[in-house]
Amino acid sequence: MSDTKPKSRHPKSRLRKYSRRAFLIGATAVAGGVAFGTYVVKRPHDNPLLADLKHGEAAFNPYVKITGDKITLIATHTDKGQGVHHSQAVLIAEELDVELDQVEISFGKPAPAYWNTGLANDAVPFSAFDESLAARATRGAISSLGKVIGLMVTGGSSSMPDQYEKLRSAGAVARETLKAAAAKETGVPVAQLKTERGMVILPDGTELPYTGLAGSAAEMEPVTDVALRDPSQWRMIGKPMQRVDVVAKSTGTMTYGIDVKIDGMVHAAAKVNPRQGGAMISYDAAAALDMPGVQKVLVLQGEMLDPEPDGSLTRRRTQVGVAVIANNTWRAFQALDAIDITWGSAPYPAEMNSHWQTLSDSFTEDRLDSEWRTDGDVETALKGAEILQAEYRTPYVAHAPLEPISAIIRADKDGAEVWAGHQIQRFAQMKVAEVLGLDDPEKVTLHNQFIGGSFGHRLEFENITTAAEIARQMPGVPVKLTFSREEDFAHDFPRQIAMARSRGAVKAGKVDAFDLQIAMPSVVTSQMSRAGQPAIGPDNQIVAGAFNMPFDIPNLRVRGYRAPELAPISSWRSVGASSHGFFAEGFFDELCHAAGADPMEERLRLVNKSVHRKVLEAVAEMSNWGSDLGPNRGRGIAMVESFGVPTAEVVEVTATEDGIKIDKVYVAADVGQIIDPINFENLMQGGVVWGLGHAMNCEITYSDGMAEQSNFDSHEAMRLYQCPEIIVRGLENGDAIRGIGEPPVPPAAPALANAIFAATGTRLREMPFANFVDFV
Amino acid sequence: MKLIVNGQPQQVEVEDDMPLLWILRDELNITGVKYGCGISACGACTVHINGEAMRSCQVTADSLQEGDQITTIEGLGTPPALHVVQAAWVEHQVAQCGYCQSGQIMQAAALLAETPNPTDEDIDDAMSGNLCRCGTYPRIRAAVKTAAKNLQEV
Repeated sequence: MSDTKPKSRHPKSRLRKYSRRAFLIGATAVAGGVAFGTYVVKRPHDNPLLADLKHGEAAFNPYVKITGDKITLIATHTDKGQGVHHSQAVLIAEELDVELDQVEISFGKPAPAYWNTGLANDAVPFSAFDESLAARATRGAISSLGKVIGLMVTGGSSSMPDQYEKLRSAGAVARETLKAAAAKETGVPVAQLKTERGMVILPDGTELPYTGLAGSAAEMEPVTDVALRDPSQWRMIGKPMQRVDVVAKSTGTMTYGIDVKIDGMVHAAAKVNPRQGGAMISYDAAAALDMPGVQKVLVLQGEMLDPEPDGSLTRRRTQVGVAVIANNTWRAFQALDAIDITWGSAPYPAEMNSHWQTLSDSFTEDRLDSEWRTDGDVETALKGAEILQAEYRTPYVAHAPLEPISAIIRADKDGAEVWAGHQIQRFAQMKVAEVLGLDDPEKVTLHNQFIGGSFGHRLEFENITTAAEIARQMPGVPVKLTFSREEDFAHDFPRQIAMARSRGAVKAGKVDAFDLQIAMPSVVTSQMSRAGQPAIGPDNQIVAGAFNMPFDIPNLRVRGYRAPELAPISSWRSVGASSHGFFAEGFFDELCHAAGADPMEERLRLVNKSVHRKVLEAVAEMSNWGSDLGPNRGRGIAMVESFGVPTAEVVEVTATEDGIKIDKVYVAADVGQIIDPINFENLMQGGVVWGLGHAMNCEITYSDGMAEQSNFDSHEAMRLYQCPEIIVRGLENGDAIRGIGEPPVPPAAPALANAIFAATGTRLREMPFANFVDFV
Repeated sequence: MKLIVNGQPQQVEVEDDMPLLWILRDELNITGVKYGCGISACGACTVHINGEAMRSCQVTADSLQEGDQITTIEGLGTPPALHVVQAAWVEHQVAQCGYCQSGQIMQAAALLAETPNPTDEDIDDAMSGNLCRCGTYPRIRAAVKTAAKNLQEV
């Protein structure tokens, strides 16, 4: 086993020693869990369903509510396409013995009780497979923090790790309590009662619907001493099912946030300085005010970032943009375009070459953020060896979900109602309260919505805060703010820009040494600054997908360098691993070729965990690795562990006369337990398409302080004609359940680059690949 | 002006240059048709006009003629009475976020009306203007083929 525990290499710096023990998580950070006494951590949160409960209605826990006429399952993780609405309902229904067509599934009300217990795995400086005392203690500390602040978040592929046991338990507790109520009513012993299709069944066949038992069950103490069913008894989990949202999404009857209509609603469109964080100098709205349907033009107050002489940024409240209020979205867009605006400058370098130069200058001792992987002795191994070295780059990339961000808010001095899809519901309430000057975020009611894609964008708040600022100026009026696609691009917070410098050496036909250095700005710092949360200590995402390489290369070192903040960045599907998987697996492939070793054989020789080995073996077998592909063809392999999921991909390409054609992708991953094999396959294929499409075709570049790409004509990722056949296999050897939303993304780009090298001899070290080769 | 949307006559008063997309969504509250890009780069707003697949974000009010038959996803089929293409989409469970799928289905229905037995190349040509950010393309291909097969058997 390789040693992936953090090692302090900075004895001179007390701060670094301290921060090594500071734990970062997806949404906030704290130094240890010690700030909270045991009592605070152990105290259960209130059940939010009890507040609205009427006489005769039962809510045995925060996830199941039964009234006289219906059964409601609470699915708090936000569905942005990954099918988690369905998966959560399945977990409850499995134990509750109800069918999905008998229940109503609700997003629930944001509440601390719904804090996410599944985030810790990928938020600590340990491999997700490290079960050492230190690793377990750190994960425990992070979970304690999440509970204390009631951190409710959908992200980090954590929904199933969070909910897998919780929701089955919730279903089981409700079922057994209903049985106890039936036993009390009928005098039949519990042991003789059965449950199915939302009913308790007596030995004589009499059926007692749960809804009829709600009243008496509500009078009882919930039966909590319940064992979860053995997987051999499962009716639903692991079996192919029809997702609960699939008919609505095939008939145009699914209502997304952008489709919601509230009585008396006005339509708004806004333009905020595209030099993000800059101020608005002046505007002229005379022409806009004369346009059809336009009611008014508002000046938007917001935060600008003022650069200080020392390079730091001071937040200052000022005018940052304008909004048009109209009676139709398109009319608002048109009027907005007729407003002449002068924008202030950006608080980051205006031109792209300065961004790259900043990264290039960041490989210095004082910018060293982490050194969490030091196997063997890289320096000694490289001394006297023939050194192979290379620089890799990944650009900024946009989230650009197909549903542009939007929000409806109605506000007055007493509170606000918000209709919008969001992944951190309670932070969204907090941001609205902040803009409106409300003293308590609980005065903000959030009606969460189905989301037409996120990929990380709905972890941000621009739609929420801008709509709140407009609503603040129009008390009592429901305001629907819709971002134009162009505004959605301009105010995205893209994937990080990153650079890697690698050195390595081979010995006797084997990979012997790999020194991987990565520089990027801290994505957690950038993201948390907007959420109003601190982010201290090293940023995992500067090395995620690289420091936890599952290979025992004899001499391996991974160091992360924290570059100064540049353009604001955010979590983009698979976050740090989306670039670092490419850095690690691209250069590893170079070393395999330098050694004259087969890239698959060398990985199989060096892979250090049995769960990972089986994933590699699966794609080797699926792709018939080693067989002759014929002329002008090549295959590439890459495996990355992200979010605790080892995922391997083999890409096959043909070098045609017109360019590279991607023929097939074989992908295997181990998530411990698959909830629904159909949804699993769909998400795996989607992750591969996401990873390939952006690696091939996409970048966000800045000029004059603004993103140069503003729509899908200049940032289109993959279209259907470029999509290969994608063959999926799910494995279940891992001990813990993991999520599959993000893990298929990181191996896609390196597997493609490695395949192109195999077919053409051209080594790609920078995305987007289409800048260097043609694709057909 | 008078429009016929999903077989129903509709009366709207709008500017000549308002795109059909926004007439449908904001004037008539028909929201199955989606806004994605506004520049015909994504296909989420695809509807049928007299049976032909069109990007409604590019069809202005003044280019429509009285009597034009406009069909949106809601007019193609409904949950209890799915169109054969929608049934194939359900069978293959194509959707993830689903936001593009109205446009994908309208595009596929128009393809199959014109080319009942499309080749892989026909499918690539017809469907590549419809962007899916979630990456459901493998299932879109499979669903188009299933729909084609089922149409032949009808």
